[in-house]
Amino acid sequence: MNDPSSSRTIDSALRQPEARSTPKVLRWSRDVTPPVLLMLFVLATWHVVSLRSGLSAFILPSPTQVLQAAWETRDLLGPAIGTTMIETVIGLIVAILLGIAFAAAMDFSSFLRRALYPILVTSQTVQILAIAPLLIIWFGFGLLPKVIIVVLVCFFPMAVSTADGLASADPDHVALLKTMGAKRSQIWRLVRLPSALPSFFSGLRIAVTYSVVGATIGEWVGGSAGLGLYMLRSKNALATDQVFVAIVITSALSIGLFALIYFLERALLPWYYSAQRTEHWEGTGIF
Amino acid sequence: MNVPKVELRNVSKTFFGARRQIKALENVSLSVEPREFVTIIGPSGSGKSTLFNLIVGLLEPDTGDICIDGDVCQDRISRVGYMPQRDLLLPWRNVVDNVILPQEVLGTPHEIARKKAFELLPLFGLDEFADAYPFALSGGMRQRAALLRTILSEKEVMLLDEPFGALDALTRKELQDWLLGVWRKFNQTFIFITHDVEEALYLGDRVIVLSSRPGTVVHSLEVNLPRPRRQGMVALPEFGQQVSELLEKLGVSI
Repeated sequence: MNDPSSSRTIDSALRQPEARSTPKVLRWSRDVTPPVLLMLFVLATWHVVSLRSGLSAFILPSPTQVLQAAWETRDLLGPAIGTTMIETVIGLIVAILLGIAFAAAMDFSSFLRRALYPILVTSQTVQILAIAPLLIIWFGFGLLPKVIIVVLVCFFPMAVSTADGLASADPDHVALLKTMGAKRSQIWRLVRLPSALPSFFSGLRIAVTYSVVGATIGEWVGGSAGLGLYMLRSKNALATDQVFVAIVITSALSIGLFALIYFLERALLPWYYSAQRTEHWEGTGIF
Repeated sequence: MNVPKVELRNVSKTFFGARRQIKALENVSLSVEPREFVTIIGPSGSGKSTLFNLIVGLLEPDTGDICIDGDVCQDRISRVGYMPQRDLLLPWRNVVDNVILPQEVLGTPHEIARKKAFELLPLFGLDEFADAYPFALSGGMRQRAALLRTILSEKEVMLLDEPFGALDALTRKELQDWLLGVWRKFNQTFIFITHDVEEALYLGDRVIVLSSRPGTVVHSLEVNLPRPRRQGMVALPEFGQQVSELLEKLGVSI
């Protein structure tokens, strides 16, 4: 199989992704080791600097102090994480549905595309910090204004990437389907939607990384619960270590969501990722 | 007299671009008999692909008529199977799901369509690759899958637009022989575009030569080779003679 001359015969040219020389565990550790090492190095440097520099814990708490603060406030953190995640997930789902609806509308007619595109761009340029207090005034201190902020932040990447994805459908594929006598709805289902999936997921990856931050901004501006409020109270109490706790947890939640989407994407679009892999020269023995 | 399977009468087509108009085809008339294998050859830009898009029904001619079976002149769409130059396999579907696509469009139940496909996979050398995604296939296999997809559209006329154009010479010869086998087995009418003179002669009962833009029929040649064809026949003197005749009609100095 590795002999290049054997690919002359038609049937033996099937490339087998699993026949690559590096075992899976090794490849995984090759991907994971560098960032882990770097993280450990940064943490160690942070620890040494905070201990040796003479800066007070109020200016720069050490990583262990941050951990300790997290442990001490665990009764507050649990419900706060819960509240923030509920807002985030609801906002994300609404943003995804709205994004798909906008993208479909823009794909459906160029009139709608012209009408909607400026609104889309505007939605992204609106100052969240300015509009957040307004939303609080209009909708109170509950769930709704935070969900709206998450939607505002996430809707744009979803709509734009899905619209681009739908537009990226190969016109030759569409023409081929037409020669088969396919109706417009069939062309949509069989060609346009699947073509849009990779781009849709790229948008989703961007959206999830914004979403948690969006929710916490809403809580910071006017919340009765959640990580944003925890962050605000910690800042007001000059509890720097707890501010760090909030930062770390917000990031961790974002990374968790990102990872979830990443694995979902690989599970749902095997054709896309395997194709990319074979285009690179991995497994040919050249690298 | 037989009703021609495909007939074009005085077909012209002009495209209007932003600044200029391009006359792609002018007064093209040709007819193809049932179960005939006709190859069409012409220099690049002779409107060969436009001709196919017209026959398929993706385009309508400015003037003239295009008829299938003598009487279907309007709404030709989905009356002919079309195999484009690129294989156009859907990358998110494996081989079986790709080849049943025309059946799926027609509304054939999935199980029946898959059963038909599995019966034909061995003939197309794809039985081991039913579950493979297109990216994992070689160029020759992809073209065979694309042809199986066209065959499974179950049309009586097959239009093949330079299907082997992107393949290496050896694979190409293999696929030519194999294509002739498929043609004999399924009793369909084949119209095959190529710009390879030898390929046109080797495959066809008749070779139609188009001129460069605007494309029009300048010559029609009955191929002087017995069936079944063998690759060795390209060494015959009559083959060489007809090659020169075609090259001359194409305006290549010999």
